[in-house]
Amino acid sequence: MKFGVVTFPGSNCDYDAYAAVRHILGEEVEFLWHKSSDLKNCDLVILPGGFSYGDYLRAGAIARFSPIMQEVIDFARSGGLVIGICNGFQVLTEAGLLPGALIRNSHLRFSCKQVYLRVENTESPFTSGCSRGEILQIPIAHGEGNFYHFDGDIKKLEEAGRVAFRYVDASGQVTPEANPNGSRENIAGIINAEGNVLGMMPHPERAVEEILGSSDGLRVFESVRDACVASRLVGDN
Amino acid sequence: MADNKKAVVHVRLKDGVLDPQGVTIQKALVQMGYDDILAVRSGRFFEMEIKADAADIDRKIDEVCSRLLANPVIEEFQVETPN
Repeated sequence: MKFGVVTFPGSNCDYDAYAAVRHILGEEVEFLWHKSSDLKNCDLVILPGGFSYGDYLRAGAIARFSPIMQEVIDFARSGGLVIGICNGFQVLTEAGLLPGALIRNSHLRFSCKQVYLRVENTESPFTSGCSRGEILQIPIAHGEGNFYHFDGDIKKLEEAGRVAFRYVDASGQVTPEANPNGSRENIAGIINAEGNVLGMMPHPERAVEEILGSSDGLRVFESVRDACVASRLVGDN
Repeated sequence: MADNKKAVVHVRLKDGVLDPQGVTIQKALVQMGYDDILAVRSGRFFEMEIKADAADIDRKIDEVCSRLLANPVIEEFQVETPN
């Protein structure tokens, strides 16, 4: 299976994502430059964390119009697998591939710490290797990760099972204290209606080895790799 | 030759969308003694210079606002064209 990691000017987790896929997951991976229009036949595209185009205007607003994103949008619309992490999640909402918006953290501070996530959906390829209710410890690092959507739309997302992860405490309870940024209903990650696009604020690529404090992030990469291979979305490799 | 046109765009969060920045500014004002100020909403402001002979400019400005300057999911915009 071949992963692609997009590099925008200001991306700063592209090498982390690349290393997680290549050295820990052991899969093929290529960087995709923001000015390029070639997805290099990747089976999955990762939009990494960082501050694309300096976060000018709104986080993700300018990146969304870059040449590579036009290809990523077409790829996603035709069923291609896409993961947006942190800034990548912001880019996906700006591009209209995921609903809602990521607004300023309710406490206005940049927040960089370990959090607990509860897996809410195990139907998606990104979480298929997890069990429902499983708790993952994965770090966050963002100033604008406050997931916002209107009441009715939040309800629709929940009813359709499109909430992938919620912020919880160590025992798996959804509490206001466990919510690091004011996100509605403690939502940390969502998937699109078709199930091929995931956006999440926490950084799974920063939690792939015990030496990093947790290897729980690997569950996401392993899930999608195994799901992809099982569904023969990839060729012979 | 005619002067270039100008457009001024104000972008603000829709009513009901939490504005943590506005809330924090309001709290700071109260702390500074301005306790008559009950609420603050923050926003963004853009000035654009436009070719004097641009055609269909109102529609284009509207498009620019909804595609890039504002995020229609959470924000609304107002356009002023002074000349």
